[in-house]
Amino acid sequence: MLKKITIALSAVALAALAACGEGGSGGAAAGDDGTITIGFAQVGAESGWRTANTKSIQEAAEAAGIELKFSDAQQRQENQIRAIRSYVQQRVDVIAFSPVVETGWDTVLLEAKRANIPVILTDRAVDSDDTSLYETFLGSDFVEEGRKAGEWLVENATGPQKVVELQGTTGAAPAIDRKEGFEEVIASRPDIEIVASQTGDFTRSGGKQVMEAFLRSTPDIDVVYAHNDDMGLGAIEAIKAAGKVPGKDIKIITVDAVKAGMEALAAGEINFIVECNPLLGEQLMELAKKVVAGEEVPERVVTEETTFTQEEAKAALPDRQY
Amino acid sequence: MSNRRLLWPALALVALLLLNLVFTPSFFALRLQDGHLFGSLVDILRNGAPTLLIALGMTLVIATRGIDLSVGAVAAIAGAVACTHIADGGGPVTAMALALVLCAVLGLWNGFLVSVVGIQPIIATLVLMTAGRGIAMLLTEGQIVTIDDDVYRQVGAGFLVLPIAILISLAVLGGVALATRRTALGMLVESVGVNPEASRLAGVRARTIIWTVYVFVALCAGVAGLMISSNVSAADANNAGLWIELDAILAVVIGGTSLAGGRYSLTGTLLGAVIIQTLTTTVYTIGVPPEVTLVFKAVVVIIVCLLQAPRVAPALRRAPAPPKAEQEVEEVAVR
Repeated sequence: MLKKITIALSAVALAALAACGEGGSGGAAAGDDGTITIGFAQVGAESGWRTANTKSIQEAAEAAGIELKFSDAQQRQENQIRAIRSYVQQRVDVIAFSPVVETGWDTVLLEAKRANIPVILTDRAVDSDDTSLYETFLGSDFVEEGRKAGEWLVENATGPQKVVELQGTTGAAPAIDRKEGFEEVIASRPDIEIVASQTGDFTRSGGKQVMEAFLRSTPDIDVVYAHNDDMGLGAIEAIKAAGKVPGKDIKIITVDAVKAGMEALAAGEINFIVECNPLLGEQLMELAKKVVAGEEVPERVVTEETTFTQEEAKAALPDRQY
Repeated sequence: MSNRRLLWPALALVALLLLNLVFTPSFFALRLQDGHLFGSLVDILRNGAPTLLIALGMTLVIATRGIDLSVGAVAAIAGAVACTHIADGGGPVTAMALALVLCAVLGLWNGFLVSVVGIQPIIATLVLMTAGRGIAMLLTEGQIVTIDDDVYRQVGAGFLVLPIAILISLAVLGGVALATRRTALGMLVESVGVNPEASRLAGVRARTIIWTVYVFVALCAGVAGLMISSNVSAADANNAGLWIELDAILAVVIGGTSLAGGRYSLTGTLLGAVIIQTLTTTVYTIGVPPEVTLVFKAVVVIIVCLLQAPRVAPALRRAPAPPKAEQEVEEVAVR
């Protein structure tokens, strides 16, 4: 048994060595013909935010003359790992991806590292002790988004508040961080309490179904905090069906600021939206060029973001791109 | 179909409901609001309607020793077709009709692969399961198509005292029960499942029957897809009906129908579908943390399946029962 393991291990080591060698020459070859190839493994098209993100990356790549290989993982980690592996085999110049969940990436990222292919994380981070596995992380600060949502509630809450939380996909970075940031800020107010918290999987129907159950099991909900607009929109449907007025009887705070969310905000059905900017295509292409040219890039690049109240939404809506 | 076999799933359902009652004393409360019933039980029925509908079609497919994995994708396509048509200015009725016609075509395709070409059902329908979502994404161009149409909203979110969605599903249940139990159709379906070749030699048109059940399940999936998208007034090609095929198969299995084909129980399927939705609602109402939701669901499913297992069930009844060799209880992962 031990012998077998040893043989297997040495085979893996040999393969890795071979991969290193090839990776070096592959990179040089790509540099020769001048065009940069990026392999991008997207999470999926689970929300309006995500499709805006995809579009931004595709358009920015075209504008920058970068060849983009795009794959859609349909929210499943195994699909994403498969896509990254195929990019390693295709010897792309840069791999970029938004990890579906935070953990479980070390093996596949190590494969990319051994093939000398730099990795850029976009939008979501990975939870790994080894930061040498990726060059940089371009994306929003989700904890800060959670804090912004919490701050608005703390400032605008008169009297005790019962909050229900619609979490994103269990284990996803935005779900974990938006929860953390929000809880951190409302901890200063003992009268604001999260009475129920469940995952709505970042989808509209998930948000609606969970909110329906909350409305039955938890009386007198004051505030809904949804980790994205789509779940908030689902919650609005559920609140309306229960004969209450969203935005008045039950206040709604969401994160993202996609078009449908902003429209609901302008219509007074949502009270506050923290923006999470999906238009990071141009920044990604800049970073990719720098990484390929061998320039130093910062480990963390934060996208610019703001927040919207109902009044601000009305003003901003005509110019929204997504 | 022995009623005894349905005893354990029924008890499991009652136990789940009682568990809810402990955590939420008002769980069984029903009130009339705007002329319709309103409460947790109504929610369970309404949200469970799509699963029930698909599970009904799936029961007949499984009875012919087949399986249809493509129902989730077909549901997504139905929603996508209807919503894009309405978004382009079409009427809701034509939109729904268009969607259902397309679903029937997809069912014909599945039936063709299984009954004419002779591809194994699990592979034949896997084709459409994978490709179907792609088709739905093409239709919606990868976006979530949001619409605002009061007629269309009725299918999934409307009420006639009871939710319209569950009324549709129950009507289909009644229709299927009449068509298969009051005529010879049910027996023919079962005979095809037990032995297609023998049935054919005995003069049963096995091919036509198999073809019919695949078209029927696709139509069920189509209506379920309309319910799902109508419920949130949006078509989400990526998530609509995601994994619903597994829920439907699970509902059929919990209901005591063997995946090996042959005898089936429509009442069992109804029970199975209600258990699955009650389970989901229970997770939300009693506040099971999202991290352990899947484990909680798996434990309940495995208990229900164990209680029905041919070797466990007789021991529990403390009475020797004849071994039922044709029964295989399969655990299908619940989402």
